[in-house]
Amino acid sequence: MEKNIRVDYIARVEGQGELTIKVVDGTPETVQFGIFEPPKFFEAFLVGRDFREIHELTSRICGICPVPHQIAALRAVEKAVGIEVDEYTRQLRRLMNFGSHLQSHVLNLYLLAAPDYLGYESAISLARDNPELLKKGLKLKKLGNDIIEVVGGRAVHPVSAVVGGFTHTPSRAKLEDLKDRLREARRDSEETVRLFSELDLPDFERNEEQIALTRGGEYPINEGTLKSTGGLEAGEDEYRRYIKEVQVDYSWAKHSIVEGRGSFMVGPLPRVNLNYRVLSDGAREAAEAAGFKPVVHRPFEALLARAIEVLNAVEQSILIIEDLPKGKAVREDAFKPRSGFGCAVVEAPRGLLYHAYKVNDKGLVEEADIVTPTAMNARNIEEDLKGYLPTIADLREEEMILRCEMLVRAYDPCISCSVHVHRA
Amino acid sequence: MRDKLKIAVVKMTGCAGCQMEFLRLEEEFMDLLEKVDIEYFVMAKRENHPGPYDLVFIEGSVSTPRELEELRELRRRSEILVAFGDCACTGCIPSILNWVPPIVSSRVYEDFTAIHSRKESFQRIIPLAEFVEVDVHLRGCPPHKDTILEVLKAGLLGVKPWLRLHPVCVECKLKENGCLLTSEHRPCMGPVTAAGCGAICPSVGRICEGCYGPMSDANPESLARVFMEECGLSKDEVVRKFRKYAGAARAFLKVAGGG
Ligand code: SF4
Ligand code: SF4
Ligand code: SF4
Repeated sequence: MEKNIRVDYIARVEGQGELTIKVVDGTPETVQFGIFEPPKFFEAFLVGRDFREIHELTSRICGICPVPHQIAALRAVEKAVGIEVDEYTRQLRRLMNFGSHLQSHVLNLYLLAAPDYLGYESAISLARDNPELLKKGLKLKKLGNDIIEVVGGRAVHPVSAVVGGFTHTPSRAKLEDLKDRLREARRDSEETVRLFSELDLPDFERNEEQIALTRGGEYPINEGTLKSTGGLEAGEDEYRRYIKEVQVDYSWAKHSIVEGRGSFMVGPLPRVNLNYRVLSDGAREAAEAAGFKPVVHRPFEALLARAIEVLNAVEQSILIIEDLPKGKAVREDAFKPRSGFGCAVVEAPRGLLYHAYKVNDKGLVEEADIVTPTAMNARNIEEDLKGYLPTIADLREEEMILRCEMLVRAYDPCISCSVHVHRA
Repeated sequence: MRDKLKIAVVKMTGCAGCQMEFLRLEEEFMDLLEKVDIEYFVMAKRENHPGPYDLVFIEGSVSTPRELEELRELRRRSEILVAFGDCACTGCIPSILNWVPPIVSSRVYEDFTAIHSRKESFQRIIPLAEFVEVDVHLRGCPPHKDTILEVLKAGLLGVKPWLRLHPVCVECKLKENGCLLTSEHRPCMGPVTAAGCGAICPSVGRICEGCYGPMSDANPESLARVFMEECGLSKDEVVRKFRKYAGAARAFLKVAGGG
């Protein structure tokens, strides 16, 4: 028997993606996660732009995770022109990115993914029967946005992060206010972990390679060493040596593979698996209580890992505010051009994000290279679907479609991000 | 006055930041659902209806034939069409591409033609008003959520939304900021940029980069002269500043074009 599944426009994910699947007698023959989001050619038009504006421009690759794009661009450019930032800037950038993870994770969990498991077509319909649940999500999401706003001046596309630091130092009063709200948010975050540990997540398992940053005793978010469940260990400068890209003809997004091996997963599940020891205390306890035992290879449990990271982001943010050293503001034009090359890998909510730039002595970009987490995950999503489909081949077609979409949504793909990739 | 507004939120070539700003109406969201039926919003819903709509927010510019077709169809099915954010109004940051020779953009995909045949791209970023009549230009990258509420309220009341077209400088003065342009000679775009953000950047010590696009009756040539004579910018630097959020806007074309 032959089943053809076609989703023209996958709902409740960011951006424009489609699924084309053909299953014959329970065996998947074609599985294509296509991306028809129009390419914006960032790597092309960054050429000739000034090193002090690259983070501002690349922010516009994605409105859900502008913060990690800014931080990756800033760090790569700073390496290229030889700037080292102080501890104050480093910590403020971490705080801003934890805020970014918080708002993005909550958006996925409450607004995009939860309705599937609770039997609704959207959070808006869910809100009719259970307004409290949505309200809880919206409150957490607002907190994440407010962190970004206090640190970066604006929640979507922050403005005060610049090459070398911030043009503005958030006042102690505002930080204290955030800290109080973060403390209060612990409870809602714990409940989030509980909620997702109680959902009936499919236990489909596949032993894929998972990659995340690691960094000694710190939960890595803006910098670290690449590490994988398959034995990979490499500095960020070596990213291009180990990760290759291939172009496919049905999608604007290139696919990433580990050289000599194959597809891999990035995101909350790899991060929690590889950094379990350095989760905040509350997050680790909640993970234990939820029965999360690393290393987990069940892709649907990325949802649980994401919920654990909500609590982790809340607690890490409290710690950063408590220990924040003193620092001062810098101007957007404080640093002078110098030629060089620099690359950086950061953790975006959806996984690793790579930026690299070659800058000339006038400070203008000569080459740009960006690989986003959804581009890295694209091939792995297809491999997961191939493994998962035989287990659901007996279901009615609509149910099968829904299940495939749920697997895709567990990755929280951010499709706008995924179509700007340079080179092979 | 309408009881309830049937709306759609549609994405074209954009970054989802405008949709995110819509979802940043966290505190207002529950009340909003009383007054607004969200008929179409693929990022948030699985069941989406084809309209007709009272009001459609379109995020993003037009960069593929598929989007152009969709835009024309949306125009037919919507009473009020809102160009939602700079990408829709002026092309925003991605419009920098319009000045890049095709040979450079083809470097991004080593075999461009393989995909090109399936999912065509104009390789240009084009504001909505080049193709259809636009009722409301909601500026900003992204537009502040209060301005989104203003458009919704006006839609309910059946009146024109009140969107500020005076320069950012007015909001900056209201915030009592010191002027970065006149006292520090830093190249601030405030004098030619439409207000609406509340002068966010100068309030956090940073010059305005012009992310709300041109105000009405802007005088970009005069500001360009100030940038060169008083801030020490080269001509290339000035061109880059105007060729950023609104290089494709008619008001900026003279300076952004390098002429
Ligand atoms: S206007 Fe700005 S925030 Fe809105 S879609 Fe375009 S780039 Fe994103
Ligand atoms: S700082 Fe900029 S926005 Fe503010 S008044 Fe001066 S020129 Fe205008
Ligand atoms: S001050 Fe200028 S650049 Fe900053 S948010 Fe307002 S319009 Fe945009």
